[in-house]
Formats: sequence, C-alpha cells, structure tokens
Amino acid sequence: MDFGSINPVLLIASLMVASTPIVLAAIGELVVERSGVLNLGVEGMMIVGAVTGFIATIETGSPTIGFAAGAFGATLLSLVFAFLTLVFLSNQVATGLGLTLFGLGISALMGQSYAQLRTPTSPRWEFFGLNELPVIGPILFHQHPLVYLSLGLVAAVWWFLRNTRRGMILRAVGENHDAAHALGYSVLATRFAAIAFGGACAGLGGAFLSLVIVPQWTDGMTAGRGWIALAIVVFASWRAGRVLLGAYLFGGISVLQLNLQAAGFAIPVELLSMSPYLITILVLVIISSRRGRGAGHAPAALGRSFHASG
Amino acid sequence: MTALLEVTGLTKAYPGVVANSDVSFSIERGEVHALLGENGAGKSTLVKMVYGLVRPDSGRMALSGSGYAPSSPQHARRAGIAMVFQHFSLFDALDVAENVALGMENAPSKNVLSSRIRDVSERYGLPLKPDRLIRDLSAGERQRVEIVRCLLQDPKLLIMDEPTSVLTPQEVGILFKTLAKLQSEGTSILYISHKLEEIRRICDEATILRLGKVVGTADPKSTSARDLAAMMVGEQLKVPTAQDPSFGPVALELRGVSATPPGAIGPALKSISLRVRKGEILGVGGVAGNGQDELLGVLSGEIRSAPESVRLNGASIGKLDPVARRRLGLLTAPEERLGHAAAPNMSLTENAALSGWLRQGMVRRSLIDWRKAKAFAESVIATFDVRTPGTETAARSLSGGNLQKFVVGREILQNPEVLVVNQPTWGVDASAAAAIRQALLNLAAAGAAVLVISQDLDELMEISTSFAALNEGRLTDVRPTRDLDIDEIGLMMGGAHGLDVTNV
Amino acid sequence: MIRLEKRASPSSLWAYLTPVIAVLATMVAGGALFSLLGTDPIVAIKTIFWDPVFGEFAFYYRGQLLVKAGPLILIAIGLALGFKAGIWNIGAEGQYIIGAICGAAVALAFYPMEARWMVFPLMILAGATGGLLWAMIPGILRTQFNTNEILVSLLLVYVAEQILAWMALGPLRNPEGAGFPGSRNLRQYESAANVELIEGSGMHWGVVAAFIAVIFAYILLSRHLTGFHIRLTGESPRAARFAGVNPNRLILFCLGVSGGLAGLAGLFEVAGPSGQISIDFNVGYGFTAIIVAFLGRLHPIGILLAGLLMALTYIGGEAAQASLGLPAAAIQAFQGMLLFFLLGLDVLTNYRLRFGREAVA
Repeated sequence: MDFGSINPVLLIASLMVASTPIVLAAIGELVVERSGVLNLGVEGMMIVGAVTGFIATIETGSPTIGFAAGAFGATLLSLVFAFLTLVFLSNQVATGLGLTLFGLGISALMGQSYAQLRTPTSPRWEFFGLNELPVIGPILFHQHPLVYLSLGLVAAVWWFLRNTRRGMILRAVGENHDAAHALGYSVLATRFAAIAFGGACAGLGGAFLSLVIVPQWTDGMTAGRGWIALAIVVFASWRAGRVLLGAYLFGGISVLQLNLQAAGFAIPVELLSMSPYLITILVLVIISSRRGRGAGHAPAALGRSFHASG
Repeated sequence: MTALLEVTGLTKAYPGVVANSDVSFSIERGEVHALLGENGAGKSTLVKMVYGLVRPDSGRMALSGSGYAPSSPQHARRAGIAMVFQHFSLFDALDVAENVALGMENAPSKNVLSSRIRDVSERYGLPLKPDRLIRDLSAGERQRVEIVRCLLQDPKLLIMDEPTSVLTPQEVGILFKTLAKLQSEGTSILYISHKLEEIRRICDEATILRLGKVVGTADPKSTSARDLAAMMVGEQLKVPTAQDPSFGPVALELRGVSATPPGAIGPALKSISLRVRKGEILGVGGVAGNGQDELLGVLSGEIRSAPESVRLNGASIGKLDPVARRRLGLLTAPEERLGHAAAPNMSLTENAALSGWLRQGMVRRSLIDWRKAKAFAESVIATFDVRTPGTETAARSLSGGNLQKFVVGREILQNPEVLVVNQPTWGVDASAAAAIRQALLNLAAAGAAVLVISQDLDELMEISTSFAALNEGRLTDVRPTRDLDIDEIGLMMGGAHGLDVTNV
Repeated sequence: MIRLEKRASPSSLWAYLTPVIAVLATMVAGGALFSLLGTDPIVAIKTIFWDPVFGEFAFYYRGQLLVKAGPLILIAIGLALGFKAGIWNIGAEGQYIIGAICGAAVALAFYPMEARWMVFPLMILAGATGGLLWAMIPGILRTQFNTNEILVSLLLVYVAEQILAWMALGPLRNPEGAGFPGSRNLRQYESAANVELIEGSGMHWGVVAAFIAVIFAYILLSRHLTGFHIRLTGESPRAARFAGVNPNRLILFCLGVSGGLAGLAGLFEVAGPSGQISIDFNVGYGFTAIIVAFLGRLHPIGILLAGLLMALTYIGGEAAQASLGLPAAAIQAFQGMLLFFLLGLDVLTNYRLRFGREAVA
C-alpha cells in the first residue's frame, strides 16, 4: 500500500487537534471519578458545551467568549447531575445516562436556528517564527491556544492530585467517603466542586469541537466522544498522564482513518469509520483483562451514594 | 482544679430512638476513663458529640472549665481532642503519611511529617513506615496509624472506640503500654469498650451506660467483673449450658485447601486442613482479616476449590455451588448481616427464601411459593424471638441483634447436618447472644457438626469443644478447648503455628 | 434547612406516586421551556398530551400510539431486567439495528418467494438472534475479561450504525431502486410484511410481542426463581452469590434477553412501520427505552404504562411540530427532563424529608 499521500508531520499536528476535546473531557472526568463519582453524562455535557459555545460565538463574534460560554453551559448541566446524585441521592449511572439524553435533546433544540452558520476562526499561536521550523514547528509551535491549555490542564491535575492538600482530600473522599466525613471533611462540597470542574472541562472540549475542529453546529456532533473519554479514563487507570496517552492514541486512529479515507484506500469507508470505536473496545478489553480483577486502581467509593447518618 | 472535660446533661434523639438521655460525666487530667455499655447503649453517639461529628439536642460540655461546643471534628482537634475510630477512618489507596496528614489540622510538608511519624512511632513503641500504602498493612498496623495520627497533635484527650477488637492478646499488651506512657505524660484517655477485664486492667474510673442513660459509675479496679456486667446488662444472664459432648463420625473435612478469592485484598487461605465430627463444635479464633471470610466462602461454595479438598460425609464437594451444598446439608451463616447474609432492602420473607427455598420446599417447577416463604420467615421470627413488626419489613430496618438472630435462626431451622457460622453474636446484646449460643449447643447436641468462626475468645471458650486459630491464612493445629489457657491461645492467634505451639 | 432521613422500609406509596408527580412536574417545567420558545405552554401541553388521544384527529393518532409504544415497551422490558440486576446494557439502539438488519436480510434472501409460513417466522428468529448475539459481545467481554459493559454496549451502537450505513448502501440495497440508498420495501413483500392486525389500531406483531413480554417479565420477576435472583443481585451482589447465583450466567441471561428483545423490536419495525433498511432507519427507540424503563420503575406493568405515555409524547410532539411549529428536538429535551424529575423524586421512596436543624455538622 502507498502511504505516500499521508504526511506524518501534518498527521501528528492534526491528531493533537483532533484529540483535544477528548483530552479535556477525560481529564475532567478523571477528577470527578477520583472524587468517587461516576458521571456518565460526559457526552451530554460536551454537546451542550458545543452548542452554547457556538451560539455565544455567533452572537458576540468572540471565540473567547464562546469557549467561556461552552464551559459555563456544561457546568450548569453538571450541577443538575450534582444536585440529583449528591443531594437527592439518585443512582449515578441512571442520572448520568439521563444527562446525556437530556443534553442531546436540549442542544438540538438550542442549536436549531444556528445549523447553517459558521463562526469566525480563532487564530493559532505562532511562537516568534518558531512555527517555521521543519517537523517540530507545525507540531509544537503552531497550535490553537486550547491545545496548549489542554496539555497544561493535564499537568495541573497531575500536580494537584499528587502535591496539594486539596488534591489529597479529593482522593480521600473518593477512596472512603465515610472516613473522610468522620475526619470532618465535606464529602458533598468536594464532590460538587469536582463535578463542576468535570462539567467545565467537558464543555470546553465540546466548544473546541464546534468552534475549531468542525467548525459549525450539527445535531449530535460529538458522535460518542464523551463515551470515548469515559473509556480513556478507565484505560488510564485513573492517572492523569496516561489520559493524554490514551486520548492521543484515539486521536491518532481517528485522523489516520480519515486520511486513509481521503487517500482512497480499498477499505470500506464504514469499516474505517467504525475503527476508532472498535479499537477503543479492544483497548478496554486488554486493560481490564490485564488487571485481572478489573478494579485495579479504581477509586474505592466510585459510584456509591453518600448519606451521612448521624 | 477543674476537670479536663465536663459533660452535663447531654441528650440526643433520633427518630424513634433516644440515643443519649441526660448523660453527665467528667474526666480528670491524666485519667483513663471507661465508657462501658452494650452495643446500642449509646456510647458511639456520645463520643461523636464530644468529637464534633454529631450535635447534641441539649446539654453542655466544658473543656478545662470553659464552654465547649464543637461544630466539626476540625474544631475538636484544634481544642486538643483526638479520636481513634473503631472502624478505621483510613484510606486504603493512600500511604501512611498522607493518612496521617488528613487527620491533622496543620500538616507539615511530607518530608517533615515522615520524620515526625518515625519519631513518634518509635517513642511509643509503635513502629511504622510512612511511605507504605494502607492496603498493605495488617489490622494492628492500621490501628497504629490511627494512634500515631492522634499523637502527632499532642492531644489533651484521646478517645479510643473499642480499640482491642482487632488485636491479638500480645498486640493488646503493646497498646496498653502505650496508653500507660501517655497517661504518665498527663494525657487523658476516654476508653470505650464492652470488655470488662480490659477496663478493670487499665481504667481509673468507669461510667456505665444502658439504653442511652448513665446507670452508674464505678472504680473498675475495685469492682468485680460480675458487678460491672450486672450494671451494664441490667439483668441476670442465663449462661448457656453444654451437655456432655459425644462425637460421631467426621462430617466435614477440609484437606489442604488453598484459595485466592477474586477481588480480595486480605490473605488467601494457605493449605487449610481440618475435620469436624458430628456433635462437635469447632471454634476458629483469630484476629479479623486473617482469612475468616475466605474460610466461610470456601465452605459455603462462594469460593470453589478442588473437588477432593472439601468433603461432606465422605463426598467430594469442592466444586459444588452453594445450592448443591445446601441440598447435601451444609449450611452457612456469613459474618456480614446486611449485604451478605441478607439483602438490606428486601423483606424478611424474601430473605427467608434467599437461603431457605431449597430445603423448605418453597420452589416447584422454578416458581416460588411465597406463602411458604412467609410461613418459614414467621417460624424463624417466633423461634428466635426476632423483634420485628412483621415478615414484610425490610431487613435493614431490624436492629443488628435482631437481624443476626434471624439469619442464624434461618440456617438452624433448616436442620443442617453441618453448620458453619462466622461471628454468630457480633453486635448482639448479651441475652440474645446467649440465646444464639444455646441454639448452637443444642444443634450440636442433636448430632450436627458445627464450625464457629469468631473473634470473641470468651465465646469460643464457652461453647466450642475444640479450638484452632487462623493467622494470615493459615490454620493452627486443632486442640481440645479445655486443655488451653489464654496464653496458649494468644500464641496460636499471634502466628506461632502448629508444631511450634506443641513444642512450647 | 431540609435534610433527608432514611426510612426504615422503602415507601410503597411514594413508589407509586413519584412517577405521577414527575410527569406533572415535567409538564410544568416543559411548559416553561415552551413559553421560552415562544409557544403558549397550555396549548403546547394540550397538543402533546390531550389532542392525540381525545382531539379531532385522535382516530389517526390512536393507532400511532401502539406503533410507537410497541418497540419502546419491548426494549424497555429487556433493559429493566438487566437494570434490576445492576447490569447496564445501554446499547439497545445497536441491538435494535442489528436485529433489523438480520431480519431484513433473511426476508431479502427469500425474495420473492411466497411462503409467509416460513419466511416470517424465520425473520423473527433472525431478528431476535441478531440482537442477542450483538448483546453477547459486551456480555462475553464482561464475563471473560471483566470489561465494563456500559461502555462496550454503548460504543457498539456507533459500530452498528456504520454497519447499517454499509448495508443500506451495499449488500442490502434495492437492485431496482435506481441507485437510491435503502433496501426493498418489505411492506410490499407479502411473505415478510409485519401487517396491521386490526385496521386502524396500530396493532402489529411487534405490539403483540410487547404484551407477551410484559406478561412473561411480570411472572418472571414476581414468581420465578430466576427473577428473584435478578432482584437479589441488584439489591446485593454478595448476598446473591451467597444464595447461589452464578453472576456470569445472570449477566449473559440479562444481556441476552434484552438484546434479543431489542433485536425483535428492530425486526418488527423494519418489516412494518418503517418498511426498509435505510441509513437513518433508527430513531433512538433504544435510548428512549431507557427512560421508559426507569419511568416504569423497572416494573413490567409500569413499563407498559410508561411506554404508552412516552409514545404519546412522540406523537404529540409531531402534532405540535405540525400545528405549533415546535421543534422536534423539544420532545427529546422534554423526555430527558422527565427522567431527571423522576430520578430526583425517587429519593422520597427511601428517604423522608425533614425540615429543621441539621443533625450533622
């Protein structure tokens, strides 16, 4: 086969772009899950972020406001989840599913009259001509600001969980909420904050999708990226660094299959289109079987409701 | 001089129960003060109020003479009160230093903290490595983490909730030395227990609670255990009576069973062999977390092993599931009442069917006859004096002791040929515990083989005819109970295995 | 300060009341949403909930009610069994698609043979088997490798959608369709058509299957040992293992039944109301059925009622779209909202609200 038509430098540069929504959503969900909450509504929060970001950009003309609006919209939605699961003690799996279903519906509703529009593009950063360098120029020094932000967030989350007292409290809450409560830490406040952070990250990822990658609004445009992000948290064994690895792996496959489609290889288009999902499943299987009992590094209190009883 | 802590008229009510009613007592500086009472007497609620976890409905507290109304555990810690919990407040996936830091108000940097942990743990004879993960520690080591966490804050008052329930007799000795050292340094200790001998050994003063009220105070060193028990229970206890045991042929046999249960952190079983004869009660002692749950699992069929390694009346049953084992007459009652022996949200009728459908003939052509299930639940309730509004009540709404009577009774009433119970009287009040023990004795007298796994040594000494101990997944040799004294038992529990003990 | 206090036993009164209150609350909140969109909320609610059953054109809509409720109920019954046991198959949409493809493929293979006695039963068998096998993928991955069935079943929906596109454009395309995507219309092939059984009622074989599924599920859950084990596993997995339940067998059973029923729903849809395999054949029944299952409190009779109610919102939504210009997506949001209210109010079944000072600092 002839891969000559595929430029590896552009491939890497574009996989970083394609992976960014998933990096953002996954790092947010990682924090949520480390606090002991399983929010299956990532897909719903991402798409709400995508639509609110898009609308805000159209209405104001500013992509920056758009990104902020995307993060805000998804945070609002995540707070619905937080209220239902933390205060009303609803089942986290069911509520997360509800969040996704609701998010898909409400985003379609909100985006209806914006479907044919395009937003102003937000410029990429150029580092004093460093972007002119061969190979590493396009990869390292000519990206959208949010790509750098996503990398910074991964590092910040890693540092936060490892080195700060609040990070330690968050891990403690996710590990054993009864003990954390007995020591006087607020389980609810910690989880509220984590869920809101997860919402903001997912919203930012969604807005990046509708403002930079595509860039326009279509119904259901997240196309399962929220679920992929959830899978990547499992793949990463709840460790921040590995989230980046997993997301870039997935982004690489997505970009590669698009390139292969464009290059016109004799592989059915549908098979290429389903390959990212199939490979995600494959990776999940490998990870879960290698760990033997699957639980591995999962936070011990993941998915359990907390109710302080005197 | 004013007392360190003065508690006056504390009252706390929950819907349907008054946990504490008008409780008053005081603790002097350097005093070891016992809070004595049965399970459910209100000890836990009382200390939770002192530690700021629960707010009293009325009453007041004073610390060194000035008013004290803690709004949170942080508040209590700042005021110089520290607490070691009965169910540890530790985090398995975090290391020792992190766990200690979480229990401190102003934790220093990790390096400083680590060296302070080493210092304090050595000074009080409680060795600890700061960078080890909690999940790799034994129960005794975990308790050390809790204690060191408290000591690092130089508390004026240390609260200890049932600290010895997870320790071997030798470890208990170490703990008491630590407490004595603290006391000599002027630290006061509020010591919660229902074990009378311990309290008589180390406490200067005892406040006795029953049903949420103070029923008396005593100097434990000059009061007999019998009198303390009478104050605690409020009635004369019926001591179970064992008939002269006569043993039949071997009913249950384990031959070199090893098991690595899925998902377990605790030790797997290592080559366990034992025999129980008809009419015999074999007591298996040992500190929690040394393989008790796995031993029950291997016997119940929740954990499968090689066919030959588990034998019931000579038949190989290692590969059989719990239903097939019940059909052959091997019944079990796990330790955890809610969530293992019984489903919390299901009714007593449904929970009666859970393990009883086969032998009580409730199922025909795969359909359950719920009337039969209800009738069986009713007979368990009547026979074992289970206090419940009815059979349709959810299991979780019963008190611990009543549910325990139900799940043990459910197995006993099915006429087992072999019965295995884990912690049969855990959390049960004294009279109900006596009733359960009597039922086990009667079962053995009627010819069943009984295996009792328990952490309550007194219980095993009282009812078992032979004794063995579990330690890190290994079982010691089985010895006749009446030949043993408490030191030997301590050695058996503490890990001196088989041959070593006989050589002593 | 409001706080929650655990009830000694779950309240059966609230178990019945919460779905009703949730529906009412959704009407109020949905009305507010509609008025934000510039529609008179009272008219909108009436158009959605009242007119399809009692309005001028009710004779048309009433038939549609069963057509839409059939697949929802059929899928939701299967899902509810799994949900009760804590086994989360959320990929029913994919199983629905694969069932439809398999059933249609059988029909098209026999086209134009005139042997309904053989073709139609074979289609039903193929549809159920297709859905069942598709659901076995997450099932076997879960039991063999302990892979999370939530993620796998959901990701397989996207794979199924790609297979559907491939089928509609490739192997199953109508050779006489002038190159348009999509298969032959099965309604026009007498041996394969899933016909309306009573004129104007909307009753077709899929609806019959749904009613049978409700009855079977009812008996299974209330009387059968397997149903008891399903409930027990959901309440307490460890107690279930103590009782002798084989968790792997139960996972495969629940996923298999729910996949098979979803596949059946897809088959009946493709052979009847929809008529052909096309790229946009699936309309989200597999996801809406999740809401139906919860709204029906995972109880067969409840699911029957919830399925009818949810079908009503579909039909009422279409009517509101036509007469009020209400966007189609509004109904989806409306359904999501219903699930939120239900899950939120569910707390009242197990907890009591107390007003007063907080007990815990």
